[in-house]
Amino acid sequence: MTKIKDLLVALLVLALGRKRKPRAEHEDRIVEQGSPARGAENAVLALFFLATLASAAFIVVFAWDKLGSQTQWLGLCIGLAFILLAAACVVIAHKLVVTEELVHEYPDTEHPDEQLKIEQIVDESGSRFTRKRLVTLAGMGALGTLGLAALTPAASLGPVLDTEELYKTPWRRGRRLVGEDGKPLAAHEIERETFYTAYPEGADRELMGSPVVLVRLDSGEVVAYSKVCTHAGCAIALYRKPTFADVEPKPALVCPCHYSTFDPADHGKVLFGPAGRALPQLPLFVDRRGHLRAAGNFSAPVGPSWSGVRQGPATT
Amino acid sequence: MIRGLVKYVDTRSGGAPFIRKALRYVFPDHWSFLLGEAALYCFVLLVATGIYLTFFFDDSRSTTVYHGTYKPLDGQTMSRAYESVVHLSWDVKAGLLMRQTHHWAANVFVALIVLHLLRVFFTGAFRKPRDSTYLLGIGMLAIALIEGYAGYSLADDLLSGMGLAIGYSVAMSIPVVGAYLAQLIWDGPFPGTAAFWPRLYIAHVLIFPILIGLLLGLHLLLVASRHHTQFKQSEKETERNVVGVPTFPGQTPRSLGLMLAVFGIVFLLGGLVQINPIWLWGPYHVGWGTNGAEPDWYLGWLIGALGVVPAFDVTIGHYTLVPNPFWGGALFPLVVLGTLAIWPWAERKVTGDHAFHNLLERPRDNPLRTALGLAIVTWVFLIFMSGSADRVTVLFGLDYTQQIWAYRVLVWVIPLLVFFVTRRVCRELLAGEVAEEIRHEAEAAPVD
Repeated sequence: MTKIKDLLVALLVLALGRKRKPRAEHEDRIVEQGSPARGAENAVLALFFLATLASAAFIVVFAWDKLGSQTQWLGLCIGLAFILLAAACVVIAHKLVVTEELVHEYPDTEHPDEQLKIEQIVDESGSRFTRKRLVTLAGMGALGTLGLAALTPAASLGPVLDTEELYKTPWRRGRRLVGEDGKPLAAHEIERETFYTAYPEGADRELMGSPVVLVRLDSGEVVAYSKVCTHAGCAIALYRKPTFADVEPKPALVCPCHYSTFDPADHGKVLFGPAGRALPQLPLFVDRRGHLRAAGNFSAPVGPSWSGVRQGPATT
Repeated sequence: MIRGLVKYVDTRSGGAPFIRKALRYVFPDHWSFLLGEAALYCFVLLVATGIYLTFFFDDSRSTTVYHGTYKPLDGQTMSRAYESVVHLSWDVKAGLLMRQTHHWAANVFVALIVLHLLRVFFTGAFRKPRDSTYLLGIGMLAIALIEGYAGYSLADDLLSGMGLAIGYSVAMSIPVVGAYLAQLIWDGPFPGTAAFWPRLYIAHVLIFPILIGLLLGLHLLLVASRHHTQFKQSEKETERNVVGVPTFPGQTPRSLGLMLAVFGIVFLLGGLVQINPIWLWGPYHVGWGTNGAEPDWYLGWLIGALGVVPAFDVTIGHYTLVPNPFWGGALFPLVVLGTLAIWPWAERKVTGDHAFHNLLERPRDNPLRTALGLAIVTWVFLIFMSGSADRVTVLFGLDYTQQIWAYRVLVWVIPLLVFFVTRRVCRELLAGEVAEEIRHEAEAAPVD
């Protein structure tokens, strides 16, 4: 019983008690004097208390498996805890701490004497050198070469000065076109007014040279183009709509990244947008079983242009 | 107790004189001075939430078939990187909160840096002796952009894969060295080999954060050693005297409050406002694309620039020297950041003003700088807006092609107009002040 009584008294003193004994005031205060503000103090206590509750609630929510929308509750609790603490800080800053206005001098703009001394130290330290310029030059040469040597291992990061790989694609004459499901595509399956994505049978699909778009033109001909935009390498995922109004009825393949627009009826010519060259076309033929096969490789290198890219057919 | 602690610290470090001085270091008071500080707190939050995310992220591009909580993706082939982020979002308690808070913090971080930059620019705070401080800031902005891009690329969802394809294309487009550089970074043609993913990861969690940290340290060191700039609010503020609140007790609760408020707001955003729901985008495959996926806002200016540039390559015979993405993706940001970077030196050269400046200018005090600056801001903003022309088409049915043609003209015309109007407004405001002053003097003069 006495323990509980002691505890209660201690809590009461903690909550209501003021400073026990006034410490000896300094003759010349550094921080300006201000008067007590019990109201603000109470507000800070309340905010601290609420922040404690919010933080505790975060722990409870975290442990409470059955609660729905946990992300939202967790965010709310921790966010509120921070905001309440921030509010307490603001009250302290504006009501409980004296707002002093100090006037200080800016630091010296420069120190001419020290500058001269530094120069002198550097000068005098080198007085035993007779061919300063030559030594400096040789030193710089040595350091520069060392720097180059230090950079050289970066060449292991990838192919060095070699762009041949960029011209290659898995397509070659006779390779069948397969759909997303891996099944061969028959020419008669290709309908008008929509487009199909096809891949080279049995090859890695995650190569820029792999995916092609297939469309049946109004003339009835089925054509295939690289699905990777020649501008910035995005997959061409739009077939005219929804980005074009009805006043432009001409079907076109459109890249969703920067809206480069290509004409499937005219060898992938650029109709609009930032692409600098036509979409590479994949020649096709239909085999005896009606399946679509490549009749060769693309008409041009696939993927985004690079500085130095040579126009002309891709290689296998 | 305090005496004991101070004694302990002083006897071990000899730091008492320094600490005493630091406690009474003066902070001039103006709300706009808090922008940079708030950006700093965002960086702290980014590091904290980012460390948590590293405990769950798998930096592997090797593929796996998804069989997790989120059923719509069930059975899909995806990279382990993407799977780990989906897992983190759906199955790790507080995982989605941390991820969304991290993402929001990145968006807020760059926004605050840009606002801070605008404040510094339009008040002339970058002038001598703070040009180096400013340059470090521009450096941090550039790194923050790349860092943010690397961050959302890591998730390897459809959106990040398309972003990486664009980044690869921009790298490839750099004249002469582009293809070689891109082949080194990606270890071969896009999407690169297994080696690329750990590289991107280390760049995001180690190299760039450390670079930002280093520049930030130097930035703050220079700020403190030269003291803050201030506005002329009374007779007390001069080029020689700095007026403000001391670090302790005045500034400490203010700064702490700002830090906690930034944390609180970003956590509320992270918890309550969905950002980048990667499970909806799906995994990335080279042959897959989607319409309507938008990058983080701070890359909007580059998306806009890439799209608004007319089809224009520099070719020599059958060879391409400069492919198109170079203009919008590399040259444009280089011009903008380069102009900003050399501005303090260029301005000094043009105006011949080599003096020390501790007092800030109001934008109107320097009509030429304000007008030029606002013209550049307008230029970048319009190019940014052109990047959302496709959204305007979808939402309001305006023709995309016509919008882009309009932008191709307007991005040059409107900044010119803004320049002349702003310069005029600044001059009129100044003239108005002079007139007002004369009137006041006349009214105050004793009447005979």
